[in-house]
Amino acid sequence: MVNFISKYAGKINPLSLKEYKDRGGFQGFEKALFQMSPSEVIDEIKDSNLKGRGGASFPTGLKWQFVAAEGASEKYVICNADEGEPGTFKDQVLLEGSPMQIIEGMMIAAYAVGATKGFIYIRGEYSKEQVIFKNAIEVLRNEGYLGKHILGQDFEFDLEVRSGAGAYVCGEETALIESIEGNPGRSRFKPPYPPQFGLWGKPTLVNNVETLANIPLIISGGAEEYKKYGTASSSGTKLISVSGNVVNRGVFEVEFGTTLREIIYDICGGIKKNKQLKFVQLGGSSGACIPESLLDLKLDFNVLKKHGIGLGSGAILVVDEETCILDFIKMTTKFFNHESCGKCTTCREGNRHICKIIDRIIHGNGAERDLRLMIEIATIMKESSLCGLGQAAPTAILTTLKYFNGEYMEHINGFCRSGVCHPKGEVKING
Amino acid sequence: MDERKKIIEIIEKIGATPDKLIEILLAVQSLSHEHYVSEEQLKLIAQKLNIPLSKAYGVASFYSMLSTKKKGRYVIQICNSGPCYVSKANGIVKALENRLGIHIGEITNDQMFSMEYTSCFGACHLAPAIKINEEVYGNLNPQKVNQIIDKLIKEVV
Amino acid sequence: MAKLKVYIDGQEIIVDENTTILEAAREINVDIPTFCYHPDQKVKGNCRICIVEVEGYNSFVAACCTPVRAGMVIRTNTKKIRESRKLILKMILANHHGECLSCRRNGNCELQSLSQELRVQENDLDQFVEDLSIDRSNPSIVRDSNKCIKCGRCVEVCHDVQGVGAIYNINRSSDMKIAPAYNKDLCEVQCVYCGQCINVCPVGAIYEKDDTEAVWDAIEDSKKHVVVQMAPAVRVALGEEFGMEAGRIVTGKIVSFLRKIGFDGVFDTNFTADLTIIEEGNELLQRIQQGKNLPMLTSCSPGWIRFVESFYPEVIGHLSTCKSPQQMFGALTKTYYAEKVGIDPKDIIVVSIMPCTAKKTEAQRPEMTDSGYQDVDIVITTRELARMIKQSGIKVDQLEEEHFNNPFGISSGAGAVFGATGGVMEAALRTVYEVVSGEELEKIDFENLRGIDGFKEATVEIGEVVVKVAVVNGLKNAKMILDLIKEGKADYHFIEVMCCPGGCIGGGGQPIPSTNEVKEKRINAIYQVDLTSALRKSHLNPVVKTLYEEFLEKPLGEKSHELLHTHYHDESEE
Repeated sequence: MVNFISKYAGKINPLSLKEYKDRGGFQGFEKALFQMSPSEVIDEIKDSNLKGRGGASFPTGLKWQFVAAEGASEKYVICNADEGEPGTFKDQVLLEGSPMQIIEGMMIAAYAVGATKGFIYIRGEYSKEQVIFKNAIEVLRNEGYLGKHILGQDFEFDLEVRSGAGAYVCGEETALIESIEGNPGRSRFKPPYPPQFGLWGKPTLVNNVETLANIPLIISGGAEEYKKYGTASSSGTKLISVSGNVVNRGVFEVEFGTTLREIIYDICGGIKKNKQLKFVQLGGSSGACIPESLLDLKLDFNVLKKHGIGLGSGAILVVDEETCILDFIKMTTKFFNHESCGKCTTCREGNRHICKIIDRIIHGNGAERDLRLMIEIATIMKESSLCGLGQAAPTAILTTLKYFNGEYMEHINGFCRSGVCHPKGEVKING
Repeated sequence: MDERKKIIEIIEKIGATPDKLIEILLAVQSLSHEHYVSEEQLKLIAQKLNIPLSKAYGVASFYSMLSTKKKGRYVIQICNSGPCYVSKANGIVKALENRLGIHIGEITNDQMFSMEYTSCFGACHLAPAIKINEEVYGNLNPQKVNQIIDKLIKEVV
Repeated sequence: MAKLKVYIDGQEIIVDENTTILEAAREINVDIPTFCYHPDQKVKGNCRICIVEVEGYNSFVAACCTPVRAGMVIRTNTKKIRESRKLILKMILANHHGECLSCRRNGNCELQSLSQELRVQENDLDQFVEDLSIDRSNPSIVRDSNKCIKCGRCVEVCHDVQGVGAIYNINRSSDMKIAPAYNKDLCEVQCVYCGQCINVCPVGAIYEKDDTEAVWDAIEDSKKHVVVQMAPAVRVALGEEFGMEAGRIVTGKIVSFLRKIGFDGVFDTNFTADLTIIEEGNELLQRIQQGKNLPMLTSCSPGWIRFVESFYPEVIGHLSTCKSPQQMFGALTKTYYAEKVGIDPKDIIVVSIMPCTAKKTEAQRPEMTDSGYQDVDIVITTRELARMIKQSGIKVDQLEEEHFNNPFGISSGAGAVFGATGGVMEAALRTVYEVVSGEELEKIDFENLRGIDGFKEATVEIGEVVVKVAVVNGLKNAKMILDLIKEGKADYHFIEVMCCPGGCIGGGGQPIPSTNEVKEKRINAIYQVDLTSALRKSHLNPVVKTLYEEFLEKPLGEKSHELLHTHYHDESEE
């Protein structure tokens, strides 16, 4: 465990500029503003090899460069604080504990890409965090850190808090933009991407909370120093949210390169009640379900990619033997069926087809044909859906079909090893 | 008429532009003990923001925190996402259903409680967790659930 | 613009940058199927049926919304693509009430034809067709959500083209529906019944209320004297329903058909269009003289009237009080005509054939009873006329061309151009100029007022006055003008507004497809009718003259006011 980007959270009064500055806050911004040109800032971020922490792990510096390259006079910086991926609660820690660090990250980003206006889109469920941010913004405005002529320089930036209202899809950047515009959060097709055509059609940079929390530290300490954390392909640290059947649940900061086994057994104290681990879902409900045999995989973008796995938001859901794979998948698919925006055919229709098929199998009325159909539907969702939600929704299905195929077959043959489903009779209500 | 004034005030404070619709809806809804936005209110908001009513309704019906139907005075939201699921959220649902005599999606006869599922609200380290209005309750078991309901009933009486 | 080289199914093609894969493919006649795509609308990318493979990509891309890149290698027709499209299609079908035989769009349905092309024989998916009630709440439009495939075309036309916004996407995920707020019926919300949603619907989820049975019943009733009028835009569009090229003029054949099936009089709405010009032209002159209620706005388009009543009640005073030609016809038929032929008006049934769904509602307005009876009894659209022709078994293309009956069968080219955007204005200017100046108008073709553009303007010197006029079509454009009027910034004397893009030839009751390409051909045909007319100015119509001599006495006279003019209501929500 490390205390790098989480070094402020919980240790300072989140609304005290003094406490934040005393511990090194705003050094990054001041360095950028007084000593670096915007392009030097972008180069530094590119050098740091920082990748987006929201789920898509796109190189942050490159994204900034795209926005900076746009000629428009009006550009926006948006902080994506719509942390909705189930099992993910790491941004919450930063939002609550260290709002100025995130705002500082946005200010550096705005300076680098040439934006004067920012939005922080905080999910509606985090109403407390919204208040904290509104207050933090007020403090910074009063202290001359936001507004016109910041720190006496010819740099202007201001910030508004916008609230989500209960829509998982709004974590997708174009859906988030639609939501800020006051529309239902339905994703746009891409290209054009937000750096070209974003909020109100203007070039827009959308970065996740944790990504932005890295920025001040990269700039103040320099990219080289930053790269001492992590691995060659994945520099820095990662906030992980661990939940489920482990002894210690919570948010932990680890260096890239840490293995899942270390996280579960060393950091989190192993499985509760000494039960057997069944699988780990990595990256939230849209993430892969990984069997025990792969626990020695390192948190590293390249390593995981080789196994066709994404790190996603860094959520780690630990699941013991008492959970039935099919019942779990049913719950997951119901979630997506609730959260799909309904715009594109494959996502809108696909989830409910899978729910129905799973139900049939759970009730002991499934056939091998149903498995085939489920794979076909999951595949078309993955390959043809308009946005990341629909593309990732079937990940859990496809990975459990790969690693736990036997359990599907058992249900078709009328047996649930976890004793959750009674395929030949009544089904216990679960979730 | 008083309510109308109040809503117009909210709109003026937040800003009468179409992009503020969601924020206005949340604010107006928070005035209601029944946790919803009424048809009259929605019409007024649409008119003031100069957007079609159909669109205002489209937004209100899209976001799950917004409601166009009456809910209970206490809205009990039970998380049914992965972390709470594997921590046996179903036992909590059963305890609540037994206690209140309603199912998920229903409202008690006295309009006091309504129950609904919700997606993850970030209390995974406290799973199984529920939310009652703004308050989060975690590390639950059936006994605790009953105590919480007892307490809420007393508060109102 | 930079050019790019791409490869589609092995064929090299050079296209402009920003071309989408779909457009590039169509350039070389590779047909990629689509649902949500419509040539006159924004790209939506939501149906996913147009997926293609691109070399180097892990997933499919949607051809409609993906621009080509230099060197892109695209495949549109592999086994995997065919299978995947089929699965997407099955998903759509699983949520579509697929009763093709009884469907209004049977034989002209994009879902049906693609199902045939992709050979979807049986659907092995679970079916999710709900039993939602069908909205038959109003005289014009029927909505059947059980057939909706959520392509979003109707929403776009309702919001972005018409600025009405009666329907929108409500709820989300598989609960998402296209519906009015609170899932209400159309009659409970501010729908103007223009029917543009019908024209863009790829399936049978929205369609006109069918009144053809009522027409057949009327004709068969031997006690009734049944007359019919036909609007100018019908004759240039009906042929499309019978495989003819858009823009074929089939006036004479329709007349012949109508007579053959038993109408007692077959008349031309173009006649009352001429009459409208006399009344409206005089109204304009009066307002200019009195400097009152200017700019004056035309009033022939009932969708437009409903729009003003619903959204801009403060502008009602600017509307011309003239009834539409359809309603003038009805009022005169049950008075002047009844007297002339000696038939009790209670035994007369007036049928209209219109390009328009809103006309059905207009005919039922309570104030449209100045003859003492409902002035127009039954309104059918061009599509319904085609349905009647098909039902009758008569081969319309083989019929001899016949002429309209008298007296309401004589009309000028000015009456004919009422069917296209700019036409009412052009007709009015031809007459007003000559009436005011007493001189003959040399150049009677107002070309700058013609064409499908949403907004056009012109100034004409008429006597002492420089008359400034504007022409708009599509209600979103009208909204712009209305806002100007509200702000007092519209310094026009006269503004023609037609509710539907392109004018009546693009009405909600016209043959489908009704794309801009088709509409332009219909417009050209309308001007062809004008050009080949013996008379081209309304005030020269001899029957109009006789009508005033024998019955109306003078324009804006007492009788005119009683029968040919109307009033409007504030129907706004406030």
